[in-house]
Amino acid sequence: MVRIKIKAEALDIRFAQVRALKAVNIEVMRNEILSVIGPANSGKTTFLRALNRMNDLNPDFKMAGNIFIDGEDIYGGMNVNLLRKRVGMIFALPMPLPMSISDNISYGPRMHGIRDKKRLADIVEESLRSAYLWDEVKDRLYLSALKLSGGQQQRLCIARTLAIEPEVVLFDEPCSGLDPISTAKVEEAIFKLKERYTIVLVTNNVKQAARVGERTAFFLNGELIELGGTEKIFTAPKDMRTEDYIRGKFG
Amino acid sequence: MRAQAKQRIAFTVLFIINLLVIVPVALLVIFIAVKGWRAVNWQFLFAFPSNGMRAGGIFPAIVGTFYLVAGSLVVTLPLGVLAAIYLYEYAGNSRLSRIINLAIINLAGVPSVVYGLFGLSLFVITLKMGVSIIAGALTLAIMNIPLVITASREALSSVPHSFREVSYSLGVSKWQTIRHAVLPYALPGILTGAILAVARAAGETAPILFTVAAFYLPQLPKSIFDQAMALPYHLYIISTQIPNISESIRYGTALVLVALVLSMNLFAVVIRSRFRKKKKW
Repeated sequence: MVRIKIKAEALDIRFAQVRALKAVNIEVMRNEILSVIGPANSGKTTFLRALNRMNDLNPDFKMAGNIFIDGEDIYGGMNVNLLRKRVGMIFALPMPLPMSISDNISYGPRMHGIRDKKRLADIVEESLRSAYLWDEVKDRLYLSALKLSGGQQQRLCIARTLAIEPEVVLFDEPCSGLDPISTAKVEEAIFKLKERYTIVLVTNNVKQAARVGERTAFFLNGELIELGGTEKIFTAPKDMRTEDYIRGKFG
Repeated sequence: MRAQAKQRIAFTVLFIINLLVIVPVALLVIFIAVKGWRAVNWQFLFAFPSNGMRAGGIFPAIVGTFYLVAGSLVVTLPLGVLAAIYLYEYAGNSRLSRIINLAIINLAGVPSVVYGLFGLSLFVITLKMGVSIIAGALTLAIMNIPLVITASREALSSVPHSFREVSYSLGVSKWQTIRHAVLPYALPGILTGAILAVARAAGETAPILFTVAAFYLPQLPKSIFDQAMALPYHLYIISTQIPNISESIRYGTALVLVALVLSMNLFAVVIRSRFRKKKKW
């Protein structure tokens, strides 16, 4: 089995006049957690949203270069809905839909044509278990998801993404609005997920990258400055700018 | 202290202005009710006019108005909502959508009597529908389309963009996203547009003047190609064309018209608040 899951080649992205990514080459390995760090406007979220083509929703979006998943060019005639089914995404703020916990989880599978009630119930349970939320909500599956706490909502969103059985899960600063305890729970969920999924975690919390990621990429002003094992990046970075950022000199 | 005094003055002024808004509405309803309630009874509601409209009831006018409102809604709601979906979710900021927006704004500004003449020439004469319920309902429908489109578009834009993003991120297609993650939450706002459309369709006189309204009919319309009586037109006739008619019949008719519109509004408001409760975020 090939180790490379995602490969971006000379990825160059513009939004109108702004160049958000500059000739980025990067590979994501199968079943790894790749942390992406960098200050605001460094292009890390743009990179993430390129992987499931969420950037396409912005009418000013222009792209050059290629992105391959399992060797398939995602911009080369691949159905965008099928791509997003394979590459799920968790947003910075928890975004439960205003429906019940159960309906939130089953939304994706239902939209993809699964009607069988029993099977949907199984998917809901399994997904909630994978996101470490099942025990907290199993008695109130039909309660509005908006009644949950922020951390629970974010794990609900993780479960909702897992319910469509993706291969890759993208996290876009998933803990930016959460307290430390909720953050710890979400991180634990992410960490366990790598057994089954390939994970890209964008974070503006350097310590989180150090805790969770196996490899870490540092973005600055749309360029990939450095990519390597998390240990190495945090103890002996090659680039001065990486070191400055990690030490908190800017950002 | 001075800031507090200022604040008190400002609040008082705002309160009085709000009273000024409520007072005319309350006065209008009370005025009509006081002058008209004596005329309203079962016979008035369910009998035909008699003695040259000076006695009897207004049943055919009520039925006619009901047909017209229902007929115009059947056309205007789907058309308006679908147009709004296209404009807001699909068209983007293209040249075409700007032209359509301009058309909607202009359509909203056309006086209702012009719609009446337009309906006469297009539906009644050119399309050979004759003076009929369908011609009147279509005229009212066209009059209400800008209203429904504008309200629906507002409703769509009030649904948080994040709902769409979440749905897309799960690989759900655009149409399914609109159908399942946007429309259910836009429904209360769309219903608000429908309420306004109902009130306007029931109350306008000019658009139905040449397209459907009959002075007097001895029987109820049998098909959508028949003429019909309608409350606003009936009110206009008995107020201006019939001498020696008792005041209470005129105000009774007005009372029924107002009550009909208000109760339809109330019905829609109840449905809307039900939806809101279920689909809150």
